[in-house]
Amino acid sequence: MSIISRGFGGRRPDAPADRVPPGQYVTRDYPVLSAGPTPHTPLDQWDLSIVGELDEPRRWTWEEFQALPNEEITRDIHCVTKWSKLDTIWRGVSVDTLLDGVETSAEYVVQYSDGGYTTNLPLEDLTDGKAWVVYEYDGSPLPSAHGGPARMLVPHLYFWKSAKWVRGLRLQLIDEPGFWEVNGYHNYGDPWREQRYWGD
Amino acid sequence: MTIDGNRVADLLREAFSGGGTSAIGTCGHCGASEPMGSAHVFQGAGIVLRCPHCDQALVTIVRADGRMWVGFPGAVTMQVAVGTT
Repeated sequence: MSIISRGFGGRRPDAPADRVPPGQYVTRDYPVLSAGPTPHTPLDQWDLSIVGELDEPRRWTWEEFQALPNEEITRDIHCVTKWSKLDTIWRGVSVDTLLDGVETSAEYVVQYSDGGYTTNLPLEDLTDGKAWVVYEYDGSPLPSAHGGPARMLVPHLYFWKSAKWVRGLRLQLIDEPGFWEVNGYHNYGDPWREQRYWGD
Repeated sequence: MTIDGNRVADLLREAFSGGGTSAIGTCGHCGASEPMGSAHVFQGAGIVLRCPHCDQALVTIVRADGRMWVGFPGAVTMQVAVGTT
């Protein structure tokens, strides 16, 4: 039995305290953590969907998704395994763009991915410039090990709330805990309140 | 019929103490039964043991702060070795 993962390293002790949540350390590396094998969906078979509580589901092929208005995003990210990485640079499409014109009574969202991973959060945590579907990291196409061709970026929550290999958002009336949320991790995951596990 | 809660606690204790890598898990997706030692292991936010045949997530393990969460998202049955009665 062997653990399929890369190691950690590159700690940087001189990070500004106001950018590092409690219990975190800063790394220059980009550790790879994955709950399962890396999927390799061909781009001509890839699509992104918005389903659930809306009148008409929305769907974009890779080409259609690439044609949407996009932006460069620079944010700090925080993994529940205690590393933080500052000033990460991404390119992607705001969830506000994906939801533009959608009328919904949903208050919750489940992100779902190739490989079966899910994670849940309130809809309001994906809107008003707080979340993106990103496809570039540091000026290059997002590597599959880091969630490419496209992943969620919800940087104000622990990074397990940013699904790799995302294929869709399901708008829901009720909250539905995802893969890790039913197995010990906090339902919301605010790094500044150190909401790592149940009851935190 | 009622069952003594202490008896149930003993059974659970026995089941978990016998559940090492020799425990045999049945995958709820493809039906394969294999020793847990043959599972594919991934380190995400927690540890995930996956079916060696179809990669279904069988067991998750999260350990922190004096607690352990053991999830069974895809293992429908676990056979563990216990003492004879």
